[in-house]
Amino acid sequence: MAENVRPRVRVPKTAAAGEVITIKSLISHKMESGQRKDGDGNVIPRSIINRFVCAFNGVVVIDVTLEAAVSTNPFFEFEAVVPEAGDFTFTWYDDDGSVYEETKSVAIA
Amino acid sequence: MAFTRRKMLILGSASFATAALAGLPAFASLTDDAIMAITGGAETSDAGITLTAPEIAENGNTVPVEVSAPGATSIALFASGNPTPSVATFNFGPLAGSQTGATRIRLAKTQDVVAIATMADGSFLRASVTVKVTIGGCGG
Repeated sequence: MAENVRPRVRVPKTAAAGEVITIKSLISHKMESGQRKDGDGNVIPRSIINRFVCAFNGVVVIDVTLEAAVSTNPFFEFEAVVPEAGDFTFTWYDDDGSVYEETKSVAIA
Repeated sequence: MAFTRRKMLILGSASFATAALAGLPAFASLTDDAIMAITGGAETSDAGITLTAPEIAENGNTVPVEVSAPGATSIALFASGNPTPSVATFNFGPLAGSQTGATRIRLAKTQDVVAIATMADGSFLRASVTVKVTIGGCGG
């Protein structure tokens, strides 16, 4: 488990049925690329988040595969349809096997 | 056959030159190889895909990019000048509001950022933007 990993997601609290909303997600993570070397010339091993999934009531909105070229604190912005009231679940998969999760509820206005 | 000092020198310089010649295209085609793995060599069109990236990025550590291709099932991003060209792949599910994704990426140097979209009908779109990277610079 990488230290100080904190997911942050911005989702509107309410939406009209069938509305397209914009979601912004960010997770604090160092995304060590595996290209850098430490002071002694040893390569620092890769440690990144390799997959990010957003789903609404179990239906996938977006599934992103990340490589080492994604910046520190990976940020994603995308759009989703809200067909009914429910929960958005956000899942990040770390190289070391850790899984970080966040849930946001959306009500129909 | 005995190698004289002179022959060794000639041989050495010749093999060095071939290695340099062979090395360059191999390095440049890492991205092409990755793209080939997706498209299988199919023709790519450049209509209907939008790739937005800054013309000049002052800090190569976080370069904002946005890609949009209506009707795509997935979009892959590549940075042609990075040690590993693959950047990220967006796979859109049934509830995606639009086939748009934005993120921040690392760029090692001034280079082309390439997006390949796989459409629902099996065709491919390609967009490319050149980003100037001035790491440690103060703009311009």
